[in-house]
Amino acid sequence: MEAILNWIADNQQMIYIVILMIFVGIEVIGRVPSVLHTPLMSGANAIHGVVIIGAIIVMGKAEHSNYVALTLGFLAVVLGTLNVVGGFVVTDRMLEMFKSKKKGSK
Amino acid sequence: MELSILTLCYLIGSVTFIIGLKMLSNPATARNGNLVAAAGMTIAIIGTIFLYEEDGKKLGNYPWIFGGLLIGGVIGTLAAKKVKMTSMPEMVSIFNGMGGACAALISAVEFDHIYQSYKAVDSAYLSDFIQAGHYLTIIAGAIIGSVSFAGSMIAWGKLSGKVKDFSFRGQHIVNLLMLLVVLSAAVFTFQYNIGYSHILFYTTVGMALIYGVLFVMPIGGADMPVVISLLNSFTGVAAACGGFLYNNKVMLTGGILVGAAGTLLTILMCKAMNRSLKNVLIGSFGGGATAAGAQKEQGAYKEISLSDMAVIMSYANKVMIVPGYGLAVAQAQHACHELEKLLESKGVTVKYAIHPVAGRMPGHMNVLLAEADVSYEKLLEMEQANDEFSTTDVVLILGANDVVNPAAKSDPASPIYGMPILDVELAKNVIVNKRSMKPGYAGIENELFFRPKTSMLFGDAKKVLQDLIGEIKNL
Repeated sequence: MEAILNWIADNQQMIYIVILMIFVGIEVIGRVPSVLHTPLMSGANAIHGVVIIGAIIVMGKAEHSNYVALTLGFLAVVLGTLNVVGGFVVTDRMLEMFKSKKKGSK
Repeated sequence: MELSILTLCYLIGSVTFIIGLKMLSNPATARNGNLVAAAGMTIAIIGTIFLYEEDGKKLGNYPWIFGGLLIGGVIGTLAAKKVKMTSMPEMVSIFNGMGGACAALISAVEFDHIYQSYKAVDSAYLSDFIQAGHYLTIIAGAIIGSVSFAGSMIAWGKLSGKVKDFSFRGQHIVNLLMLLVVLSAAVFTFQYNIGYSHILFYTTVGMALIYGVLFVMPIGGADMPVVISLLNSFTGVAAACGGFLYNNKVMLTGGILVGAAGTLLTILMCKAMNRSLKNVLIGSFGGGATAAGAQKEQGAYKEISLSDMAVIMSYANKVMIVPGYGLAVAQAQHACHELEKLLESKGVTVKYAIHPVAGRMPGHMNVLLAEADVSYEKLLEMEQANDEFSTTDVVLILGANDVVNPAAKSDPASPIYGMPILDVELAKNVIVNKRSMKPGYAGIENELFFRPKTSMLFGDAKKVLQDLIGEIKNL
């Protein structure tokens, strides 16, 4: 019990952020029209790519002799980048389709 | 000084994520919203690489970091640029899986770090060395990330037709047990001799992967968008665990934001299909309910010839096109647009009726038709379309099935009962183009095809449309 209370006290800022972000996340997309569901999902998918930052930290901290950490960290950076870059580019392509108002080439 | 700049970078990152998500939920600002979030992400990443320090030490291994960024960036960009419009959903699923795997790997490295530091101490428990809260963030990241990765890969396989639906009796109980096993393994790792903790840790991860597979396996392919959206929010939570681990606020805000928004989005998607999330996850499509609803008497349907169709359509006042998955499969969006232009040049009003879940993803049809330069104003949402069907002469259904099935209104035994549908029957004529009489994704018969107003035209949507265009030109 005490351990839990201590943990909450130690991480109170983070816990505040979690609670507030839950409400912000719900509030922000509350009124999305259904046509935007897919791009929104894709955009959110790209945003959770922030996990890349953890991967960079793991990679940067790894000692040169620790091959497990180096390999896993490297893999994490590659996969995280895929998530971020791929996610944003796919979303952009989807949204580009939505507003092409100019004369089509085909 | 440098650390406060990094804090600023993270603050900017967090704010852009919120603004970006907000802008993404409005059609007019969506594209910029995506760019805003991407810019914030770039700032946060660059800040981390050059400014982050722990215990006064900067990050090293730059060649590895930049190598990883380069490889991931190039592959990611190419994959995202090359992918066909119809395969977008699969792509999102893969990228989501990558994020989940990334979170799990971070946890694995952190766990390995702890194990290496304390393994020399014999017969001690892991719980003697690290706080429960710290362990919780590591193991939660590992488990959620693994489930998300495995689940996304299965979802990808299902969408691309590589993995078939698979379910067996009592699967839900097996899944529940599996989840319990994963959770107990996680607790066990913490409370057991540290010498074995790495084996236990990887066992936990392995079982979490199996759970991810089992979790998605029984869910029908048509429900994959909902599943991907749910896994998307899982990955968000996994990323947030990383935020706890490193006391990193941008990871935390980004992760939780996506976790919350993703969960809501999942529920909204379910609502668009008028089903509950529980109903989707427990899975009813393709199950026992189908057998009960399907065995109705099959009446006779009538076919229509291309030339008849050409005549009916060119002399109509208003034509409504109802696109579905068949259009996407046949890549017929350009032919469809061509037909639209041809008919308009003959003075026919052409509009599209878009059911929110037509195709394999919400918005799938909008994206597809937009690719063929169909003007945004011609796309009617379901409510608008239903208001206009009574004044429509011809409804042309291209490869859609369940979204026009009147059983959703009339037959309480039908698995899709209660789903809002397009009331195409209000129109004077209904022409259905399908490849065959096979039922649609929900696996149920469609009475619409046997109604007197309805005529069938079998064949691949693209070929049919091209032939039809030829016929109309020859009139």
